[in-house]
Amino acid sequence: MSLFNIFDIASSALSAQSQRLNVVASNLANADSTTSADGQPYRARQVVFASTPVANAGRESVGVRVTGVVEDTSPLRRQYDPKHPMADEQGYVTLPNVNVVEEMVNMISASRSYQTNADMMSTAKSLLLKTLNLGN
Amino acid sequence: MIGKLDDAMDFQAQALKLRSYRQQLLASNIANSDTPNYKAVDFDFATALRNASQGAQPLAATAPGHLSAAGAAPAGAKVQFRGATQPSIDGNTVDMDVERAQFVDNSVRYEAAVRFLNAKIRDLTTALKGE
Repeated sequence: MSLFNIFDIASSALSAQSQRLNVVASNLANADSTTSADGQPYRARQVVFASTPVANAGRESVGVRVTGVVEDTSPLRRQYDPKHPMADEQGYVTLPNVNVVEEMVNMISASRSYQTNADMMSTAKSLLLKTLNLGN
Repeated sequence: MIGKLDDAMDFQAQALKLRSYRQQLLASNIANSDTPNYKAVDFDFATALRNASQGAQPLAATAPGHLSAAGAAPAGAKVQFRGATQPSIDGNTVDMDVERAQFVDNSVRYEAAVRFLNAKIRDLTTALKGE
């Protein structure tokens, strides 16, 4: 029954989008972290999506999965602030390369996708329930 | 007799099968709206239903080495890539507006098929009861 596969497809998308939202949360929370576990300033992270086959759904319909989380390699921000404890000899502080505006956009996009997929699941559920009532 | 009952409901049953498969394809498109290089897929429902009701058969596995057709497209449906109106730079061709609209349209039509089938069953039961 194809409609049952929608649950698998939509749930794979839900978990992928929520992982994306998690990464956005981490980036925003660390937008000003001048140091991290490795002693370097925090670097923004991004998820990488790839389509993945779903059991019994055939080749044409696929779900999503997060294949990895990559670190943003763009240069870190440098700000002149000699009073800062992390400032170097020239008085510059190295700050994370998190682009807050970009992250907000990413967040909205992820939450919209999440909503759409949740909506898709409830549509599939109501269609299945109607089919179950067939002949009554 | 059973054969006749089958025939009476066969058309709507085919329609229901194709509708639910199309729903699955559209779900896959929507789920992959952010996946780089994903190409949206769909099939022409009218042609598929015509093929199915004219007796298109799924691939038969006649030898042990044949791959199973589990999850394959139902007989008659020819899945194709959707022509992209606004492809994005990451190679994704899912147009969310189109997919959402088609998803809702397809679910309403699925419900319609369920109702038609229900009506057919009711007709047959009335005829059987002979009251």
